[in-house]
Amino acid sequence: MPADGAIEGGLGASNKRREDVRFLKGTGNYTDDINMRGQAYVYFLRSEVAHGRLKSVDTTEASAMDGVVRIFTGADFEGVGGIPCGWQITDRFGEVMQEPAHPVLAQGKVRHVGDPIAAVVADTLEQARDAAEAIEVDIEELPAVINMKDALADSSNKVHDDLTSNLCYDWGFVEENRDAVDAAIKGAHHVTTLELVNNRLIANPMEPRVAVGDFNSGTGDHTLYTTSQNPHVIRLLMGAFVLGIPEHKLRVVSPDVGGGFGTKIFHYAEEAFCTFAAKACDRPVKWTSTRSEAFVSDAHGRDHVTKIELALDKDGNFLALRTDTHANMGAYLSTFAPSVPTWLHGTLMAGNYKTPLIYVNVKAVFTNTVPVDAYRGAGRPEATFQLERVVDKAAREMGMDPIALRRQNFITEFPYATPVAVEYDTGDYEATMAKLEDIADLAGFEARREDSANRGMLRGLGVNCYIEACGIAPSNLVGQLGARAGLYESATVRVNATGGLVVMTGSHSHGQGHETAFPQVIADMIGINPNMVEIVHGDTAKVPMGMGTYGSRSLAVGGSAMVKATEKIISKAKKIAAHLMEASDADIELANGEFSVAGTDKKVAWGDVTLAAYVPHNYPLEDIEPGLEETAFYDPANFTYPSGAYACEVEVDPDTGKVTIAAFAAADDFGNIVNPMIVDGQVHGGIGQGIGQALLEQASYNSDGQLVSGSYMDYAMPRADDVPFYTVDHSCQTPCTHNPLGVKGCGEAGAIGSPPAVVNAVVDALQRAGHDSITHIDMPLSPSRVWSAMNS
Amino acid sequence: MYEFDIEKPSTVEAAVAALADGDNMALAGGQTLIPTLKQRLAAPEKLVSLSGIDSLKHIGMDSGPDGDFWRIGAGMTHAHVALETEDGNFTTLSRVAGNIGDPAVRNRGTIGGSLANNDPSADYPAVVLGLGGTVVTNRREIQSGDYFQGLFETALEEGEIITEVHLPVPEISNYQKFVQPASRFALVGVFVAKFADGVRVAVTGASEDGVFRWSEAETALSGDFSASAVEDLQMEDGHMIEDLHGTRAYRAHLVKVMTRRAIQAAV
Ligand SMILES: Cc1cc2nc3c(=O)[nH]c(=O)nc-3n(C[C@H](O)[C@H](O)[C@H](O)COP(=O)(O)OP(=O)(O)OC[C@H]3O[C@@H](n4cnc5c(N)ncnc54)[C@H](O)[C@@H]3O)c2cc1C
Repeated sequence: MPADGAIEGGLGASNKRREDVRFLKGTGNYTDDINMRGQAYVYFLRSEVAHGRLKSVDTTEASAMDGVVRIFTGADFEGVGGIPCGWQITDRFGEVMQEPAHPVLAQGKVRHVGDPIAAVVADTLEQARDAAEAIEVDIEELPAVINMKDALADSSNKVHDDLTSNLCYDWGFVEENRDAVDAAIKGAHHVTTLELVNNRLIANPMEPRVAVGDFNSGTGDHTLYTTSQNPHVIRLLMGAFVLGIPEHKLRVVSPDVGGGFGTKIFHYAEEAFCTFAAKACDRPVKWTSTRSEAFVSDAHGRDHVTKIELALDKDGNFLALRTDTHANMGAYLSTFAPSVPTWLHGTLMAGNYKTPLIYVNVKAVFTNTVPVDAYRGAGRPEATFQLERVVDKAAREMGMDPIALRRQNFITEFPYATPVAVEYDTGDYEATMAKLEDIADLAGFEARREDSANRGMLRGLGVNCYIEACGIAPSNLVGQLGARAGLYESATVRVNATGGLVVMTGSHSHGQGHETAFPQVIADMIGINPNMVEIVHGDTAKVPMGMGTYGSRSLAVGGSAMVKATEKIISKAKKIAAHLMEASDADIELANGEFSVAGTDKKVAWGDVTLAAYVPHNYPLEDIEPGLEETAFYDPANFTYPSGAYACEVEVDPDTGKVTIAAFAAADDFGNIVNPMIVDGQVHGGIGQGIGQALLEQASYNSDGQLVSGSYMDYAMPRADDVPFYTVDHSCQTPCTHNPLGVKGCGEAGAIGSPPAVVNAVVDALQRAGHDSITHIDMPLSPSRVWSAMNS
Repeated sequence: MYEFDIEKPSTVEAAVAALADGDNMALAGGQTLIPTLKQRLAAPEKLVSLSGIDSLKHIGMDSGPDGDFWRIGAGMTHAHVALETEDGNFTTLSRVAGNIGDPAVRNRGTIGGSLANNDPSADYPAVVLGLGGTVVTNRREIQSGDYFQGLFETALEEGEIITEVHLPVPEISNYQKFVQPASRFALVGVFVAKFADGVRVAVTGASEDGVFRWSEAETALSGDFSASAVEDLQMEDGHMIEDLHGTRAYRAHLVKVMTRRAIQAAV
């Protein structure tokens, strides 16, 4: 509820984010704010070596120390389930992927720095830490498997001894096209080849992960409070696969969550541990990750090594595209890890272009590193980066203008079925490109370049397009592709007697602003002030079974469920109104919060109808039930396909190699927009993370498997002064054709579309300065890397 | 953290007495020490907080037989140093102090703590060595050339407390810091100072041996204080740090670029 009770607008209004008031005042309720009476604390003793055989874990001395409640090791989890993987990939040869066990606490071996070996539960955290230091761990160190290509070449050193190799799967897509693509590339007029790395990232949400397990021995009910983007998914995975707790005895609550970016989708060992230990110790058990722990236990993102080839005819028409990618899975399969380099990546390789033949090969590899899974964009940034880099390189090689080459190959007719299995419903790539040229003032670039040159700086311009598939996802389709979950969304709309509404949504807000945007949709449908609508989310005891928030799906899927439920509400309310006004249902109209009878001046207010529903004195009880509460589940018919064109201008300091982002413009097509300010914010944040990936961020392992960038001393997060003031526009709108709101989703676009623009711009700057041989630099484009490229 | 006691004396003498037991440690701004304790990398019996000692908190000009110098108490925070030197008289120092870390760090971290710690990427060591300053302790005065002894190594003995720093006033000076992108400490920082009797150039961030003077540049600049004077010099890269953020060659190159920029900014 807005503090000042101001009248807020409906669809299309930039209402200020009501949730920010409590976040900014420090009155939010984050998981770490939850403290249970009598709670104990857990400290995880984590492996300091990347790969080793656990010979013994002796807890005798530690167990006797002050305050220790109980110490758990892998042995305590014999017979308990392991952390499950939610997606099974079938490889090129029709075989299912290799799927290793993932025990809650290490059994037999440790497989990455940070792998939990033991968990000490004690009265205080410091006591737990003291005791952890007294645990004697005997590890026989093994050579670390770090480099993906080495991992495949040498199967004598395996991350998982019981698997046949370090290969998780060898995926080909579309396998039937393999020979045709090879032939097209062989015979092409021109082939542009690029080898590149999509750097490993650590999401670093502002709030680290937290889990509090609670067990009520009186009722046998378990509760887990956790920093999750999808509490029902955690309840299902942990209850059914790890701990064997039926869902009606397990409640999962994710209250205010301070950022997720994907890394809080997954079910983690610490959640299962706290739930398990709360019962075993008969005390609530709390874990709060430190930032250092987050670096070695939160799933990482990206980490692809790719070779991409684009074949063109002499006029620049794209003929075929072939990619060969190694994707790092890390030491275990995180919840959705196998889907990221495959279905969220291969299906995007057409981009905005009508390339007729595409073949994508992905080898997923186990290494002694932290598991890798979805991070903002998940697979789509990796696809976009390689495609938009190779197109740029092709333009340079063929002496063509990079924008003209893109335009020439744009898909222009919709719906469009790509050769990589998806069908784009709508889009207008020419419109976003034209908009970009305008808002980025591309015509004025030359003058700005001269100005930079006068200051001794090398200015470059990078442009790219992107397409993404979000609004994830049609359940029957993803089921065929190996998902072990449905991807619908749910909503219950409860109308109170006095007319206010509460929406229980399966979507989860961890920074997206649902509490502000969702009410605007309902308010618009009924014609009331959005401040009459309250959003409830993040509690399996309150909300119908929902799948949570990721893949830019909340408004497109969760919002659609909410619309469906509200339509049911309105339909029932009209029946009540018809009864009250003694008219026929079909003649009832709803506008501005009033029901009227068409063609008459009869009216009844929204609040009178809702009151009648709960005080049914004058009510058609023989036809309809009292009350006004409806639930809907919505399963999308297709993905949604936001798209756009981005431009980045950089200045490179030739003396130091330092890259400064001078300007960044984004022209996006997100379909219809509910709250433009929130959309701006999502794009700003996404571009910020994309610039972080392009210039700064790098999770770096040495050959021993130590995470060299294991703290903010070495892992460079983007700060405010690393990014410019953005120019963003989302006035190009081709509404989605298959969801009721015509919305497409905007959460990931910025992170997907921005890295290639930055790298294209730096290459442009260097080539304009005469460094013709520099055709690519791997991200992050740190000063040292850029300078080294200029001076090698 | 491990458990420890804390004592907050109000005089240097009392602090020195409290530090007599070798397992005790001085605590100044805590910006380095507290994170170290949190990671359980140090286990002092007792912390002796210096923050209650008023005699460590002063800053001003003084003059001696060798001319004017700044006298700065070891307990002066970076924020205070920045503020007190801002108005015309020593803007170079003000800018150095005002660019250390972030406001939270500057409002707690002290010049004494920074010098005692002697992080190879810290800024103050370049200032003190570049000005040929003196580190004053409860026992003696230590010339900067003797004080800095390598990575995190100084001439300080057990239980010795820095009380103040003396910085000779140069004709002109400048500090150029090229930040390491993650920590924003100096990837390479160069302090250049011109005195009537010569030029001093001190480099931080670059070397595996900590802060050092670039003597070839000093000689060249003492004859001709211009950017072109260092153009033909070659910085040896054998002792340079090589890590995620820069190769040896890159750091050696940056030393020259930052030196040139410091001269250009100074004149
Ligand atoms: C986020 C962050 C960013 C930073 N960025 C920079 C930067 O850009 N540049 C930079 O130079 N530094 C930087 N620092 C370090 C900062 O300047 C510290 O304040 C400084 O290094 C230590 O000073 P302190 O007063 O906090 O000392 P403390 O942490 O309290 O003490 C450090 C050590 O010095 C000893 N000690 C303290 N005072 C005395 C004394 N008077 N006599 C003898 N021994 C003493 C202590 O026993 C301890 O061993 C940064 C720190 C942080 C946390």
